[in-house]
Amino acid sequence: MKLRLVRRDAASRLAMFGAPVLALILTCLTSLILFALLGIPAGKALHALLLKPFLSWYSFSEVLLKMAPLLLIAQGLAIGFRANVFNIGAEGQFIIGAICASAFPVFYPDGNLPFMLPAMIVAGGLGGMAYAGIAAGLRTRYGASEILVTLMLSLIAVQILNYLLLGPWKDPRGFNFPQTVMFPGNALLPLLFENVRPNISLIFALLASLFAYLMMERHFRGYQLRTAGLAPKAALYAGFSAPRMIWLSLALSGLAAGIAGASEVAGPLGQLQRSVATGYGYAAIIVAYVGGLRPFGIVASSFLISVLYIGGDSATVSAGLPVAAVEVFQGMLLSFYLLTFTLIRFRVHLDREATA
Amino acid sequence: MRKQALLTLSGVSKRYGTVQANQAIDLEVKSGSIHAILGENGAGKSTLMKLIYGVEHPDDGSIAWNGAPVQLSRPSDAQALGIGMVFQHFSLFETLSVVQNVSLMVPGRPAEIATKIGDLGRKFGLVVDPDAMVHTLSVGERQRVEIIRCLLLNPKLLILDEPTSVLPPQSVKLLFETLRKLQAEGTAILFISHKLEEIRALCDEATVLRDGKVTGRVDPRAHSARDLAQMMIGRDMPHLAVSNSAQPGEVRLRLHNLSHPRATQFGTTLTDVNLDLRAGQVIGIAGISGNGQQELAALISGELRARKPEMVQIMGQAVGRRGPMHRRALGFTFVPEERLGRGAVPEMSLADNSLLTAHGQGMLRGGFIKRRVEQSFTRRCMEDFDVRTSGPDAEAGALSGGNLQKFILGREIMLAPDVMLVSQPTWGVDIGAATAIRRRLIEMRDNGAAILVISEELEELFEICDILHVLHEGRLSTGLPAADTTAEEVGAYMIGARL
Repeated sequence: MKLRLVRRDAASRLAMFGAPVLALILTCLTSLILFALLGIPAGKALHALLLKPFLSWYSFSEVLLKMAPLLLIAQGLAIGFRANVFNIGAEGQFIIGAICASAFPVFYPDGNLPFMLPAMIVAGGLGGMAYAGIAAGLRTRYGASEILVTLMLSLIAVQILNYLLLGPWKDPRGFNFPQTVMFPGNALLPLLFENVRPNISLIFALLASLFAYLMMERHFRGYQLRTAGLAPKAALYAGFSAPRMIWLSLALSGLAAGIAGASEVAGPLGQLQRSVATGYGYAAIIVAYVGGLRPFGIVASSFLISVLYIGGDSATVSAGLPVAAVEVFQGMLLSFYLLTFTLIRFRVHLDREATA
Repeated sequence: MRKQALLTLSGVSKRYGTVQANQAIDLEVKSGSIHAILGENGAGKSTLMKLIYGVEHPDDGSIAWNGAPVQLSRPSDAQALGIGMVFQHFSLFETLSVVQNVSLMVPGRPAEIATKIGDLGRKFGLVVDPDAMVHTLSVGERQRVEIIRCLLLNPKLLILDEPTSVLPPQSVKLLFETLRKLQAEGTAILFISHKLEEIRALCDEATVLRDGKVTGRVDPRAHSARDLAQMMIGRDMPHLAVSNSAQPGEVRLRLHNLSHPRATQFGTTLTDVNLDLRAGQVIGIAGISGNGQQELAALISGELRARKPEMVQIMGQAVGRRGPMHRRALGFTFVPEERLGRGAVPEMSLADNSLLTAHGQGMLRGGFIKRRVEQSFTRRCMEDFDVRTSGPDAEAGALSGGNLQKFILGREIMLAPDVMLVSQPTWGVDIGAATAIRRRLIEMRDNGAAILVISEELEELFEICDILHVLHEGRLSTGLPAADTTAEEVGAYMIGARL
């Protein structure tokens, strides 16, 4: 007897919804073993990881706060991923977006600028888009892999951030900390609820999800992108321009990452500081894939991953889980998801030898 | 006198999912016999060969060699017994020389192998230069390399899968002579084909397959082609009566001194290709694949841009530098030879595959997809072109090759083209469907469309074309009126004996 994978006639809907659930269950089971080996009570760890985020309004609001940038960036990335354009450097576009947005409050620290906030958001978005555009230009003109280019541009973006914060943009009264001035009130995003931190960038993210749905599932442009991803030769045959697909994918994902970066400095941070680069851009890749690259799936996955982040924070504090264990948990979730994802197009077949 | 059966299959069955590929097959192959396995596409020939060669395992039944039952779990088991196989699609490394390719499977020092290749070549008429790089060889020569590679392992049974489908008529004769010499040496040969005349000329036994079952066991020399066809397809051979009395109209597609350098060393450089295709005309391009067919088709469709605009002219416009969408807007459509991944997206539904090229048929409003129009277009295509599947939501990848070809062809015909390019229209399509497809093309021509057909099947081209050209090493012959030309003449162009 042996196990074989047999291709299904059509993608299984059950598996499509079941795969993420199965991945989550497998991750939990495996981490139980891991936690046990670490000598941490597994029940307590999982309680902190998965339940704590729901047990207080404050924790839950923090989930929503995390969710906004993850959702926004992941929606942009997923568009490209479906067209086989792999923007791995959303982190860099996020940082550039944050820098571009910060220029206004840095140069008008008194808030003496009409339309301060809209200008920041627009500048952030365009900055991220332009930064991703570098990769699109190199790919379409010279065939340079956008995977490497966007990844390396992220490292450059971090250095630009360092330069600005250690030099020209450093707050003169900031005790030499590498950060800008605190932004004036009109440079901050309105909050959604009183006393907790989520702001209207969550609404941007949800609107972006709706936009992504309409474009990818209902519009011809999205159809062209999907065709380019599934069968590049068919896209060529039909005459869908490949360079245009690359530009569009990278522009949209850069735009989304840039707006997310702008929202971060105009939101919870309230200034530009080094900790703006916390890895949202990379985590969003996981979010996009766990969401099956589908707009509504990504809404769910961004929520789930945010829960895991907040849960992970609380687990390090209350259950004494090392940070690395939290990262392993998140990494396992993605790995198991990619494994179970196979079941959408393949089913497991038990082979019995015909003649013994 | 009854010869000893070398290979015996009794009651062999194989199932793939819901498809019964082989059902209770009995087969006896004797030494020194050329045994034909005759059947249409999808009749189960390839599956049967895979079972004999140990690539697949039967669900039921047994295989015996010289009377003793054997288990063939992998091809090396079959090779150890003395079974050699020449595949339809060659398994040679293009960047290696002949000797290097052979020595991958045959033990021995390269110099010894080169000598053996020369000896075998002289003995069986399989002449090939041992030091030549494979990518420089013609298709016929590559096939010889494959056969030599098998023969060096001293097979008692040689299996040839559709060996003539890639050969020009002259090379077919050479191959047959080789096979007869092998037969005289006592080698058994399994010859898989759907070409009736060849089988009658070469084979002394034939087993006919239909829908995975044996429908006849005959001496092909004693039966007419019509009888064999009836066993093979279960009814009379469909016949297509074609005559074109209409005068061709204006030029719809013109290739003007079209030259294009090859993209890689495995491609073909096109040199000074000239062609005029007129309204109400079917022109065929014959020739063996790999002589520039792919490049030519891509240059006409716009997937590949020509170097100068006037090299490709559609409906009087110089479009050599324009993309496929622009050319389609002028009334051009194209059926490529690759169906999955080029003519259709395997993971998408048929309805979404309609959208691929038929989006101009009112399927979009402000760029948004109108599902209802998409669905009704697809349903109409399925009805009109007899596409057999569950419905417009079936994934293209789940359709059989023939059904998918009917869908793609239907989609392109429903766009009511003024000029149409069809590449290998009936590859992998059963006879009934192939006839239907050819009839459609003729109908379109009679309604004034201009059609260019690129095909390897000479019979097909003679059946539907008014004028034939031959593409050989990137050069196109002059036009030959199909009615006054023989297959041998076309064959002479195909191997470059004439220009």
